[in-house]
Amino acid sequence: MSASKFDTALELVTHVPGVRGAMLVSAADGVVVAEALMDEMKGSAVAALAASLASRLRRAAEGAGRGVPRFVHLTATGGTLLAAPLGDDLLLVTVAERTVNAGLARLEMFRALEILA
Amino acid sequence: MRAVEPWVVAPMESFLAESQARLCLLMTTAGQVIAQHGFVRAVDVMGVAALGAGIVASTGELARTLKWQAFSTVVHQGPQQAHLLASFDTPRGRWVGLVVFGPDTSLGLVQLFFEQLVQDLAAAAPEAPAPQPVLAANFEHELNASLRTLFGS
Repeated sequence: MSASKFDTALELVTHVPGVRGAMLVSAADGVVVAEALMDEMKGSAVAALAASLASRLRRAAEGAGRGVPRFVHLTATGGTLLAAPLGDDLLLVTVAERTVNAGLARLEMFRALEILA
Repeated sequence: MRAVEPWVVAPMESFLAESQARLCLLMTTAGQVIAQHGFVRAVDVMGVAALGAGIVASTGELARTLKWQAFSTVVHQGPQQAHLLASFDTPRGRWVGLVVFGPDTSLGLVQLFFEQLVQDLAAAAPEAPAPQPVLAANFEHELNASLRTLFGS
């Protein structure tokens, strides 16, 4: 997987209005693999916490007999966090404004995952 | 958790709770143990402290030789356990942290909360005491007192 492929995939997501950043995270380690952040966001902190959240949600979904989550959508008071796994190893994480068109962001995230697959 | 310096306890307990690390050792760059969590035997912690301080010193020399900036963090990852070794500045001088963690947490989380630990230690550190001679007359007594504090024996 080339670095330019990462850039192309992340660009698809960050072009959505209201998206403040997107990153590829190592699912097991919670470490940033590639990132495209719009402002002073601390990518390493978001990566670590998002990977931890995704891992716990995965365990919860599997424990409930619902299989592996394909998409995570978290709405907070100050914004939105979206995450989607790429295989077992990577996680595509998007941080956006609360007003973002989540459907469009989700669509672009799946297109980005297709590029990276 | 046991600490020679009582003000270290709260930041380290918070770090351990957040990061879910298995073992944690704080020491000076000379290998003098400040606090430890998870080690059972004194001989283990003394050996690990000496090795950790040695790794920090040798990677520092490697960076200097290659004219690189000094490494602040070294991570070794294994299939079941990993450890993070990081040096950082405190109001009491340069310290080293050694954290051993397993698959119930992640490198990202350990790094994130270790950064917080460093900030919390800086905030919690009391005024530095007056400098004392390195080899004070009661050195052996102080060493034994530190060991008793760290291992309760």
